[in-house]
Amino acid sequence: MHLSFKRLRRILGALTLTFSSLHAAQAADVQVAVAANFTAPMQEIAALFAKETGHKADLSFGSTGKFYAQISNGAPFEVFLSADDKTAARLVSDGKAVGTTLMPYALGSLVLWSPTEGMVDGQGKVLATGTFAHLAVANPKLAPYGVAAMQALHKLGLADKLQSKIVMGENIGQTYQFVHTGNAQLGFVALSQVMKDGEISKGSAWRVPAEMHAPIRQDAVVLVRGKDNPAAAALMQYLKSDAARAIIQSYGYGIIE
Amino acid sequence: MPFNETDLRAIGLTLRLAGTTMALLLVLCTPLAWWLARTRSRWRGPLSAVVALPLVLPPTVIGFYLLVALGPNGPLGQLTTALGLGTLPFTFWGLVLGSLIYSLPFAVQPLQGAFEAIGERPLEAAATLGAGPLDRFFTVALPLARGGFVTAAILSFAHTVGEFGVVLMLGGNIPGVTRVISVQIYDHVEALEYTQAHWLAGGMVVFSFIVLLGLNLTRRARLLP
Amino acid sequence: MNEESEGINARLVVQRRTFTLDVDLQLPGSGFIALFGPSGCGKTTCLRALAGLERANPGLVRVAGTTWQDDTAGIWLPTHQRALGYVFQEASLFAHLSVGGNITYAQRRVRPGARSAAAAPAVALERAVNLLGLTGLMDRRPATLSGGERQRVAIARALAAQPRVLLMDEPLAALDAGRKAELLPYLEALQRTLAIPVLYVSHALDEVARLATYMVLLDAGRVRASGSAEDLIARLDLPLAQGDAAATIVEGTLLRHDGAEHLSTLAFSGGELYVTSATSRPVGQRLRVRILARDVSLTLARQSGTSILNIVPATVTGLREDSPGQWMVALDAGGARLLARITQRSVHVLGITPGRTLFAQVKGVALLE
Repeated sequence: MHLSFKRLRRILGALTLTFSSLHAAQAADVQVAVAANFTAPMQEIAALFAKETGHKADLSFGSTGKFYAQISNGAPFEVFLSADDKTAARLVSDGKAVGTTLMPYALGSLVLWSPTEGMVDGQGKVLATGTFAHLAVANPKLAPYGVAAMQALHKLGLADKLQSKIVMGENIGQTYQFVHTGNAQLGFVALSQVMKDGEISKGSAWRVPAEMHAPIRQDAVVLVRGKDNPAAAALMQYLKSDAARAIIQSYGYGIIE
Repeated sequence: MPFNETDLRAIGLTLRLAGTTMALLLVLCTPLAWWLARTRSRWRGPLSAVVALPLVLPPTVIGFYLLVALGPNGPLGQLTTALGLGTLPFTFWGLVLGSLIYSLPFAVQPLQGAFEAIGERPLEAAATLGAGPLDRFFTVALPLARGGFVTAAILSFAHTVGEFGVVLMLGGNIPGVTRVISVQIYDHVEALEYTQAHWLAGGMVVFSFIVLLGLNLTRRARLLP
Repeated sequence: MNEESEGINARLVVQRRTFTLDVDLQLPGSGFIALFGPSGCGKTTCLRALAGLERANPGLVRVAGTTWQDDTAGIWLPTHQRALGYVFQEASLFAHLSVGGNITYAQRRVRPGARSAAAAPAVALERAVNLLGLTGLMDRRPATLSGGERQRVAIARALAAQPRVLLMDEPLAALDAGRKAELLPYLEALQRTLAIPVLYVSHALDEVARLATYMVLLDAGRVRASGSAEDLIARLDLPLAQGDAAATIVEGTLLRHDGAEHLSTLAFSGGELYVTSATSRPVGQRLRVRILARDVSLTLARQSGTSILNIVPATVTGLREDSPGQWMVALDAGGARLLARITQRSVHVLGITPGRTLFAQVKGVALLE
């Protein structure tokens, strides 16, 4: 049977209409930029999010500074999960993000850690002894964990004394690498990096009390691009859900009530 | 020019790193390139491929594995500790080692090419005039390969100035010791300090352009009698 | 000091892909020794093996009383310790040195057994430079020289090293006809003045015919014939008596001059020859002349009323086809050897056969040295 071109077009047109209406009634996609340190928990959250709502979150991981530059220059992200509070707020004031959607999604926990058992005591007194060659800290210019670590050191009055021993990681991930490979004997890392099943899996650590530093608030915001995307709004909502919070806490982050 | 003090220290450190790396590479790569140019051993192919590896491997990969290998738990780190040198990450000499590996092919390949271009004949002629093997190397091979040395020096210097990934992994960003220009620019960008980043980056582009232009001119000058 | 210890002795075996070089050479200690043969017959290999640039296995090389290689005694002198000079086919001058720099390169590198008999190095250098006409070129760079000039510098450089033997590997092969013609006189000058032997590799008969005093014919890695140049070029059974360059050498004594007609008379074993360019030579001097086969024609009866001056009686000793329609005839003129190239038709018509007596008409006689 000869299929004329006109008939083919009509069939294709009908199919497309059916598909898109199905699509609209069903799930939407949302492009999400996620701070690198939140990779593992976000992957779990996204999986549950898809199961419960049918919406699909496409995740990109990277450094906050890089995302700022990319979003400012038109990168196609719709939701941004920052590693700090400053950058999300800046995007709002730049007009690239929707101010009313700005909200904290996690609180970072700082921990002084070493892979060597017995190196770090439960009160962090090892810092005062100075019996180590290198102390790894995230670059405070770039990473909120670094800012918090320096604040804690200042609070202990040890910032000047230990200055010569400090090696800086570009981000919390690299800071962890320095300690993990033994090149720095100990370092200030994120609790989420050393926590597994609610326990610090190996080595020795001092969980730095929250009073010793300004809170490491990680904020999320919907970007201008995603303001009409129902999946974006749904994701922001989901981050506050009990299921998501449970995941977040299991990774060693705090939550803001 | 809004270069602050850390910027200036970074520039000085970068030049020192590139200069040290260049000098060491010229000394170490000359015998290697000579051997590669003249040997007929079956190890020639594999060794050439190993020399070329840094061209292909991502610098952050090189840096990361060096970080592990040179750390206290790694094989090289245990060696340096046993020799009383401590561990190399976070030190200037650790960066030098990383740069030697990173810029290796940029020194070996021009040298090897220059040695190969000499061929057998001038060396045979020198032998018939009474020159022994070392004599032939210094009085005939080296002068004839001069162009290769210039290229190797300039390329390895410029390449090390632009090094980022290896330093990033291995450096620890210590001012005056491991904080080089490329890391400094990266930090400026990450901290949203775009103006400083522009100035430093612009400076690097101008520098590289001058270097490469100079290389081109010396090459052309040598082709003319 | 017997002949052998001053000359070149070599027994060389070298494996090549297409043939094996296997030669036993006993060469004189002076003169121009030509290693002649077709391309690929192993002449260059032989030269390089003598120089030590390649290793004969097994090999024995003794030059001017010094042993350079003797596998049975475990002796092996590397090239840079042998008192030799080597001229390559393409000059191979050092591009980073001037002409003067090239020539003096060897001066600071004294080898064991170097010819200190040839006075101080400075003198050797000056002689080489003068001999090859290089005085004006000393500051030039090799890249600015012509092919012929470069070869002259290469020769001077090799000589400045005070060698005991000069090895030359087809030095004219890479030059065009004009440059070759320019360089040949210099080689002839060398041939006259050098006290050391020159080992000259070539596949060009005309070069060899002009320069050689001794010849070794190589073919597929083996020595086919060796001996004095004069003897070898007259032989019909060798590829030397062929084509335009075929010639013989005749030796005689200068009898008298006729100044008015610019002619001289040379007495030789087969009679007399008139020579045109010998008027400056003293009467009684022994001279050698070259007679090209293409300049010799044959006649059964002595001609009169002909412009050819030189007509000598001769006996045919052999003949052979040279090229289609051309035959080479070997003659004996009272002990002196001649070659004549004539047409096939004439061979038939004149009935040329070995033993036939007739007259050889020599149109041109070239004075040697």
